[in-house]
Amino acid sequence: MVKMELSGVNLWYGDFHALKDIDMKIYKNKVTAFIGPSGCGKSTLIRCLNRMNDLIDHVRIEGSISMDGKNIYDKDVDVVTLRKNVGMVFQKPNPFPINIHDNVAYGPRLHGVKDKKRLDEIVEENLRGAALWGEVHDILDRNAMSLSGGQQQRLCIARTLAVNPEVILFDEPCSALDPLSTGKIEDLITQLKKDYTIVIVTHNMQQAARISDYTGYFYLGRLIEFNKTKKIFTNPDNKETENYITGKFG
Amino acid sequence: MDRHHKDRLMKGVLWGAALLTIAVLVLIVGFIVVKGAPAISWEFLTEKPLRSGRLGGIWPAILGTIYLAGLAVLVATPIGVGGALFLTEFTKETKFTKLVRFGADTLNGVPSIIFGLFGFAFLVFYMGFGISILSGGLTLAFMILPTVFRTSEEAIRAVPRWDKEGSYALGATKLQTIWRVVLPQSISGIVTGIILGLGRAAGETAPIIFTAAILNPIIPSSIMHPTMALPAHLYTLTSEGISMENAFGTALVLIAMVLAFNFAISILRKKKAIRR
Repeated sequence: MVKMELSGVNLWYGDFHALKDIDMKIYKNKVTAFIGPSGCGKSTLIRCLNRMNDLIDHVRIEGSISMDGKNIYDKDVDVVTLRKNVGMVFQKPNPFPINIHDNVAYGPRLHGVKDKKRLDEIVEENLRGAALWGEVHDILDRNAMSLSGGQQQRLCIARTLAVNPEVILFDEPCSALDPLSTGKIEDLITQLKKDYTIVIVTHNMQQAARISDYTGYFYLGRLIEFNKTKKIFTNPDNKETENYITGKFG
Repeated sequence: MDRHHKDRLMKGVLWGAALLTIAVLVLIVGFIVVKGAPAISWEFLTEKPLRSGRLGGIWPAILGTIYLAGLAVLVATPIGVGGALFLTEFTKETKFTKLVRFGADTLNGVPSIIFGLFGFAFLVFYMGFGISILSGGLTLAFMILPTVFRTSEEAIRAVPRWDKEGSYALGATKLQTIWRVVLPQSISGIVTGIILGLGRAAGETAPIIFTAAILNPIIPSSIMHPTMALPAHLYTLTSEGISMENAFGTALVLIAMVLAFNFAISILRKKKAIRR
């Protein structure tokens, strides 16, 4: 089932044409990976899916990106509601410099949850959901900046889960982490796809092969090939894709 | 002289320059403390001056300075912080933002006596506020506005982009992000700017001598009343040759107030450094 559909997406930073005629489908409860060399536009594209690029000056977008059939760039779309439904985990773990409990409670509080007991429940539930509860249940009042990088990233995932999104975007979530922490995040993503639709940008091809169901290969702002991950990594249709995934290029 | 010696010579000269900086501070503060301490007493701090300040205390001047500097900060803070928030969070870099920043920097370079003259002509006469705490406080507010504005802007700009993005990505509005992420993280920098402004407002003489300060030892009961103020009182005591001892006493009180503000800043800075 298609959750999001991109058609004819073009994006310019000022005069620079960063994304060119992107058409693709994001399937519900699947993991879709964007791969490609640095500067290919994969991070720019993922930031279109929750309209994070709106925050950047001089960005112009054409084409349509729809979620459940509704173009998220339509004038009547509330970008705040969109971002609640399409969560995002960033490259650099970015917990707020406040305590662990309040990091997870941040989103629910924004959206009007005030009851302390309810907040405590939400915090526990989502820290469990992010496989972090066991490590932090007795230090919830400690500043989140004191956690390790991998823990911080899982906290950011818990924080995202706490606002009940439908889609979660991961923008190179493991690039600042060690292999052990990376493994934990990958396991977590595989579990999360039962309940969420997941898009992940990664420069690690093995990671895409391990955890994704669909893969898009980007180069110089174009989607070169989009297919089932198994197909892309065993028998890609496109020569350029093959060169990239076999390491002859990139 | 070989290169090694040149290096050592240079280090010595620079060390001397650094030492001289602290020496000037110690010399001034030390001098004021030594000369001013004999004048300080409970009566000096709590009573009205008698015979133009030859006798009695400086309480009306202390109170006046608190009123004037307080009003200046009360007016300059919302404008300065609001302007800084607009420039950092609500607008793209345009000719207008450059103009605002240039304006603030230019305002910062305007001599304080010019502010005094402007306050005298515009507030005292044209607006009809008279010689009053209101005129003096507003004049001081204009003077410290660029300090509050620019320090706040720097502090707000230093809030990492990724923290703001994290907030937006959770579905926060701009207002929520400013309240919950931007201000909590920049507040110590903003307060630093406010206290810097407070110190300057308390210490400047030129902006208030035409707009607010009088010699009559009255306790003002309204914002429309004139008032005594420490720097102006100090000026009168010295220039009229009334009492050098009380002039130094007044100076000591003024410098203690300003140094207390600076001390508060350094505590705030330390707190901030620990947090991250």
